[in-house]
Amino acid sequence: MGRRRAVLRDELITLAHGAGGKATRDLVEALFLEELGNDVLSVLGDAAVVPGGDRLALSTDAYVVHPLEFPGGDIGELAVNGTVNDLAMVGATPLWLTAGFVIEEGFPVAALRRIVASMGAAARAAGVTVVAGDTKVVERGKADGLFVTTAGVGTLADGVDLGPHRVQPGDRVLLSGTLADHGMAVMVARGDLQLEAEIESDTAAVHELAASLVALGGGLRWMRDPTRGGLATALNELAEAAGLAVVLEESALPIRPAVNAACEILGIDPLYVANEGKLIAIVATEAADEALAALRSHPLGAEAVLLGEVRSEPEGLVLLDTALGGTRIVDMLVGDPLPRIC
Amino acid sequence: MKYVDEYRSAELARGLASEIAGLVTPGETWRVMEVCGGHTHAIYRHGLEDLLPPEVELVHGPGCPVCVIPMGRVDDAIALAEEPAVTLATFGDMMRVPGGRGSLLEAKARGADVRMVYSPLDALALAAKLPDRRVVFFAIGFETTAPATAVTLLRARAQATPNFAVFCNHVTIEPPLRAILETPGLRVDAFIGPGHVSTVIGTDAYRFIPEEYGRPVAVSAFEPVDLLQSIAMLLRQRAEGRCEVENQYTRVVRPEGNARALAAIDETMELRDAFEWRGLGTIPRSAMRLRPAFADWDAEALYTIPGVRIEDPKACRCGEVLTGQIKPWECGVFGTACTPERPLGTCMVSSEGACAAFYAYGRLRRPAEEPVGA
Repeated sequence: MGRRRAVLRDELITLAHGAGGKATRDLVEALFLEELGNDVLSVLGDAAVVPGGDRLALSTDAYVVHPLEFPGGDIGELAVNGTVNDLAMVGATPLWLTAGFVIEEGFPVAALRRIVASMGAAARAAGVTVVAGDTKVVERGKADGLFVTTAGVGTLADGVDLGPHRVQPGDRVLLSGTLADHGMAVMVARGDLQLEAEIESDTAAVHELAASLVALGGGLRWMRDPTRGGLATALNELAEAAGLAVVLEESALPIRPAVNAACEILGIDPLYVANEGKLIAIVATEAADEALAALRSHPLGAEAVLLGEVRSEPEGLVLLDTALGGTRIVDMLVGDPLPRIC
Repeated sequence: MKYVDEYRSAELARGLASEIAGLVTPGETWRVMEVCGGHTHAIYRHGLEDLLPPEVELVHGPGCPVCVIPMGRVDDAIALAEEPAVTLATFGDMMRVPGGRGSLLEAKARGADVRMVYSPLDALALAAKLPDRRVVFFAIGFETTAPATAVTLLRARAQATPNFAVFCNHVTIEPPLRAILETPGLRVDAFIGPGHVSTVIGTDAYRFIPEEYGRPVAVSAFEPVDLLQSIAMLLRQRAEGRCEVENQYTRVVRPEGNARALAAIDETMELRDAFEWRGLGTIPRSAMRLRPAFADWDAEALYTIPGVRIEDPKACRCGEVLTGQIKPWECGVFGTACTPERPLGTCMVSSEGACAAFYAYGRLRRPAEEPVGA
C-alpha cells in the first residue's frame, strides 16, 4: 500500500484529531484499532457487515459518567458492559457493538488509551466484538472530557419471549447481588462529598447470568439491569407495565456495609442508586429455587437473593415490608439531585 | 451497620410497640406531634404507623426547613441568582421549591448560575474557585444548620474572602411551636421534640411547652426504635401523672445544648423583627439576619432584594399541614394539582415535608380521620 503505519505521538487530543484528516487517521488506527481492532472493524467501512440470525436485538446507550475513571472501572468498561447487559436482559446473546467517542480538545491521549484498552478487555470478556466506531473532537469546555456511546446487536433464540406481559401474580423476584455499589462508588470518587470509603463499582457484563436463566425456559418471565434509578425505578416500571404489585422484603435486601453507611450519611436510599453489574429476574414460583441456584453457581451471582414476590394488588405499585414489620410504598424517584453516574 | 442496626431492631421495636399498646386508653385517641421533618420521613420510611395501636395518632409538625420558606423569599433568591456576577449556592431540595416566578431549577435552566452544595463551607470553597464572581449561599434551616452558616461566615472573615455572601433565612424553632400551641382548639396531646435542633439548643429550650401549655415533650433521635421509645416515654409520663421535657436522644443531646455552636450563631446573627413563614404568616422575632459586623458578607446589604410578598396559591393548605390541623391527604390538591413532580406547596417538595413523605411512602392507607385542629 505504501502508506506508513499510523503512529500517535500527541499527548493531548486537539481539534485536529476530529477534523477527519491525518490526525484523525492516526487516532483511529494507532489507538482505537490497536485496542479494539478485529477483522470487521479493521475494514473501516461506512458500516459493518456481520452475519446475523432471524431475530435480532438492538440497543444503544450514551455514557457521560464523571469521573471517567473510578474505583472498580471506567467509562469504557461501563460503555461495553451497559450495552451488553441491555441486550442480555431481553434474552439475547450479545454479539456486535459500535462505539462513538465525543472527545474534548485537550484530553490526554494516555487517558484515552487506558479507557479504550479497558473497553477492549471488557468486550473480550463479554464475547462481543466492536465492529464500527466514530470519533468527534469538540472545543474545550463543550464536553466533560469524554462521552462514549455504544450500540449493540445480539441474536435471540427461537421461543425466547420476556417482558411484563409474561409476569403473573405469585411470581418471585430475584436479585443477582448487592445493591448500590456503582452509584456510591462514583459519588465517593467525585471527592466533593469529603467522604472516604472503600467502595468499588460493580460494573460487569451479566450476560452469562442472564443466559443461565434463559436456559430455564418458560419459568423466566422478565429481566432488567437496575442501572440509573436503581432497583426501585426498574420495579416501578415493571409494576406499571404489568398492572401488578411487586412486594419486597426489606430484610432480604443485600447491601454492603460500607455502601449502606455511605447512603446513610448522605441521606440516599440505596433502592434508587445505580448498579452496573446486577440483574433482577422475575421467575415463576416453581422455577425460583432452580433460578436462584443457577445465579449462585456463577461468581457474579454468588450473593443472589430471593427478594420478594408479585401480587395482583395494589396495581402498579411497589411495596416494601420493612424489617420492623411495617409496610411502605417504594415510589418512583422525583427530581434526581444526584450527579452523573453512568 | 453498627450504631444504626441496633436502633432498627425489629425485636426491640416489637417490645416497645406492645408497651405502647398497654399504655393507651382503649378507644381514646391520643395525638402526638413529631415536630421535625426528619421524624416524619423516618416514620413513613419504616412503616412505623403499622406498629402503633389505633389509639396513637401521629400529627406532622412544622420542622421541615424547606417547607417554611415563603414564596417571596424564593423569588428573592432567584433575583440574586440572576445578578450578572452572582453564583447562587444552596441545598438540593431548595432548588425545586416554587416561588412566584418558578423555581431556582427553572432559573438555572434559563441561564442563572445556581449550584447545589452539601454545606455552606462548600459554597465558600466555590468562591475561591470563582474569583470573578460572588458566591451567595442561600442559607435556610432552623438552629440545626445555622451553626454551619455561622462557622462559614467566621471563616470567610478570617480568610478575608471578598467574593462570598450569605442570603440568610435561618429561622428559630420556638416561635412556630408557640403558634401551634396557641391554635384555638389545639388537639395535640404531646410532642416528639426535634433531635437535631436540640443538639444545638438543648432540651431546656422546650420547658415552656409543659410549663406554659401543659404538654409533655420527649426529644427524640431518628431511628424507628428511638421514635417508639419516645412515644412510650410520653405515654409513661401520662400514666404517672408527669408533664415535663424528657430526653430520649441522650447519646447526643445535652440539656444546655452546644455552647460553641450557640456562640457562633450569636457572634454572626441576630433576631429579625419579623419574618414571614410559609403558611403560618408573619411571626415576630422568629428568624435570624446577619449582624452589621458581617455586612460585607450579607447579601441583603450588598444587593437590592425585591422582598415582594407572594400569596400562597389559594388551593394550597401547607399552613394547615405544617401546624397539624389537617393531614396531607385532606388538602384538596394533594396528589392531583400538587405532586412531587409538580409541587404547588413546599410540603410536597422536601422529602421531609409531610405531603411528600406521605405521597412517597404512605398513600396506601388513607383513613377517613377527622381534622386534628379546630
